[in-house]
Amino acid sequence: MIVNGKEIILQKEISLKVFLEKKGYDLARIAVEKNGIIVEKNSFETEKLCCSDKIEIVSFVGGG
Amino acid sequence: MRVSLNGKSINTLCKFAFELKGESDLVILNGYQLTKDTALKEDDTVCVIKKDVMPNRDELESMMASRHTPKVHEKVKSAKVAIAGLGGLGSHIAVALARLGVGELLLVDYDIVEPSNLNRQSYCISHLGMKKTDALKRQLVDINCFISVKTVDAYITEKNVSDLFNGYNIVCEALDNPETKAMLVSKLLSNFADVKVIAASGLAGFGSSNDIKTKINFGRLYTCGDKTSAAVVGQGLMSPRVQICAGHQANMALRLILGLGEV
Repeated sequence: MIVNGKEIILQKEISLKVFLEKKGYDLARIAVEKNGIIVEKNSFETEKLCCSDKIEIVSFVGGG
Repeated sequence: MRVSLNGKSINTLCKFAFELKGESDLVILNGYQLTKDTALKEDDTVCVIKKDVMPNRDELESMMASRHTPKVHEKVKSAKVAIAGLGGLGSHIAVALARLGVGELLLVDYDIVEPSNLNRQSYCISHLGMKKTDALKRQLVDINCFISVKTVDAYITEKNVSDLFNGYNIVCEALDNPETKAMLVSKLLSNFADVKVIAASGLAGFGSSNDIKTKINFGRLYTCGDKTSAAVVGQGLMSPRVQICAGHQANMALRLILGLGEV
């Protein structure tokens, strides 16, 4: 699986939510694209990841 | 030859720009204020300005755009940009885009101007207590009366994103709260296939100006900032870096209007 341009070995199929939590992301402060399609927060749990997926994650910090 | 003089196409026998000067103080040729006389070419754009005379409305718009790079004004005039959030980022993005002459701006915010805004946002003491939408629109109309400024006094939620920003292919995310930023960006990109979003992340404090960069993700999300400097207890938001980041966002909007998608 490719995550933010880097290859990551995925041992087994997991949900996007579990993957993001394991990687330490704050789920409320990110935008995620999987295989070129935006995944909204309410779909993180149902979206499954497999080794051919390409994920891009953008994090936001506060201030404006 | 045919040239544009103060916004009007004319046929002239003049061979040099200063021959068009008359009693004016300034001669601006294709975006540059001349210091020495310069030969004219077909299709040149010339503006002559007398400093102590209020021009008529016909001439004013061409004079205001006379320092733009040639052909920029025509393109920005037909463009539309939405700005979500009118704080330090959004207010300065709006001012920059109004000075550019972007034809239509949509300003969205729910808030009221209060004293702690004035260290970084484009408001004045006279605006305290006003809705940000109204206070900013008043400034923009003063800066450029040739643009259309639409305002919506609303808090942005998951439910109203589609209605608010429908029809705008360039949206600047200029919110404060990181959760709302992430929600807005995701919703816009998910709901509108053609939208390009220019967001901000990491502009607090007084770290190096050079750490603030524009990056592209997902092919159509531009994120400006240093990615890490959050507004938190102990780290404030101050005018210089906020304006640098707003400048990045406004310039990216201009680049997109001009058809340049690279950061």
